[in-house]
Amino acid sequence: MFLAPMLIVLGAVALFPLGQTIWFGFTDASLNNIDAARFVGLRNYIEWLDYGNDQGEWLGLLADDRWWRAVRNTVWFAVVSVSFETLFGLIIALVLNAKFPGRAVVRTLVLVPWAIPTVVSAKMWGWMLHDQFGIINDMLIKLGLIATPIAWTASADTAMAAVMMVDIWKTTPFMALLILAGLQMIPDDIYEAARLDGINPVRVFRKVTLPLVMPALLVGVVFRGLDALRVFDIVYVLTPNTDATRTMSVYARENLFDYDKFAYGSAASTLLFLIVALITIGFIYLTRMDLEGKETD
Amino acid sequence: MRIAKIAGFYALVAIILAQALFPFYYAVLTSLESGQAIFDVNYLPKVIDLSNYRAAFEDGVFGRQILNSVFVSTVVVIVSLGFAVTASYALARVPFRGRGKILLLILSVSMFPQIAVLSGLFALIRAMGLFNSLWSLVFSYMIFTLPFTVWVLTTFMRKLPKEIEEAAIMDGAAPLTIIRRVFLPLLWPALVTTGLLAFIHAWNEFLFALTFMSTDTQRTVPVAIALISGASEFEIPWGSIMAASVIVTLPLIALVLVFQRKIISGLTAGAVKG
Repeated sequence: MFLAPMLIVLGAVALFPLGQTIWFGFTDASLNNIDAARFVGLRNYIEWLDYGNDQGEWLGLLADDRWWRAVRNTVWFAVVSVSFETLFGLIIALVLNAKFPGRAVVRTLVLVPWAIPTVVSAKMWGWMLHDQFGIINDMLIKLGLIATPIAWTASADTAMAAVMMVDIWKTTPFMALLILAGLQMIPDDIYEAARLDGINPVRVFRKVTLPLVMPALLVGVVFRGLDALRVFDIVYVLTPNTDATRTMSVYARENLFDYDKFAYGSAASTLLFLIVALITIGFIYLTRMDLEGKETD
Repeated sequence: MRIAKIAGFYALVAIILAQALFPFYYAVLTSLESGQAIFDVNYLPKVIDLSNYRAAFEDGVFGRQILNSVFVSTVVVIVSLGFAVTASYALARVPFRGRGKILLLILSVSMFPQIAVLSGLFALIRAMGLFNSLWSLVFSYMIFTLPFTVWVLTTFMRKLPKEIEEAAIMDGAAPLTIIRRVFLPLLWPALVTTGLLAFIHAWNEFLFALTFMSTDTQRTVPVAIALISGASEFEIPWGSIMAASVIVTLPLIALVLVFQRKIISGLTAGAVKG
């Protein structure tokens, strides 16, 4: 009875629209004619266009190279970004777990990138990565690492790296905090015992710290991975309209609202949902994550 | 050897701090420059010129957009906490069948990619006549604030001892009274945490705000900043963009600095046991 209002809202804002999206994917809905949508079967996904003379071609999402390019971009982005975020997050967490004067201040300041809106982060980095007036090119030239300025966001070779850079910068604090929370639950006596036995710190890290912090780390990886697979803001703001960085979300929205292919965009959204769900389930299954345990306690 | 180790450690701390703070510092620096000065790369402030900030508020639209963001974020926090408190009371305290399933459902909704519901929500919002209304954002933001607030508040409530409400039940208090009189005072810390995170999330949201608003005066600040552009690619007003960015980011950084303990506990709640 107390649950009902919350469940109704959640149903109206999540489950019903999801169902609608899936339905639109099987219709010929267009932006200005949503209500008159008619069922067209799988045409948005795959269709054989027959030229009549024993020739033809496959049309639809599953035959669309730009879509598969977007899928590859998204997965590549997610894998690289989350790997670096985990690595840097682990380093920062280990530093913050050591006792040193000013630790509380450092821990607070490390959170700053996380607090900055994604759009603002993308703009800030867009300016720092500017090909002519950007400070990053200036630094790299002064350090002698590059000879001529790089067009970070404009060039197809570096655009994805630029997007990843912003994402890694912005979300590493989140990872660091999760891992830090895990580290702080490891009792000090374990380290004490290891120290007394004279065990090499690297070995302690590999045999004690890492296994114990693994659950927190995996939760972080799942959260971040899910976020990375639906990435939209950074790409849309930092590198609009490039094949090199177009992700599944950007592709879907483009079709929904810019190209007036509402049904086709809905089909892409549905497929994105399926892909994300499969990856999530697969990852949870592979790492045998203890989700149930967290439910019941 | 020992000194080298300590020096190395502090060098690492310095690098961590520098990478975290430099981009925002540089945005502030750029926002204080105008005209040609912007195109000279500086590492330290040379001039302090507030004209970008004055220009940002000149036509009144940006001020209006800030108010939009404040309105949407505040209402989202109030509404989602209202729903979440009663729901989490039921989930934490009232035993009934299928409780675990409902929690699992809520958790899975929080994993929904926003884009997967975008076209359905768009149709729904148009049908409700909310297109280009700030209420469409209040409504649609429930998709990420509700699961999160319910989840954290349920975890928090389960940890409160049973005895506290048993006395009230003995006295014949109704559930709503128990929630209001017994739980609300105890829940304050958790409410502040979840409220803050919901506020920040709503303040930063971009995809829905971009899609459901069609006129300048209805937009929220992230969209406004994303859409600032010049007459051509070579005339992008970086100074104004940075000034606007600093204005919308400063309140958030202030919140984080003041409430960092609460925010950290909220971020890690549910993710880590304990």
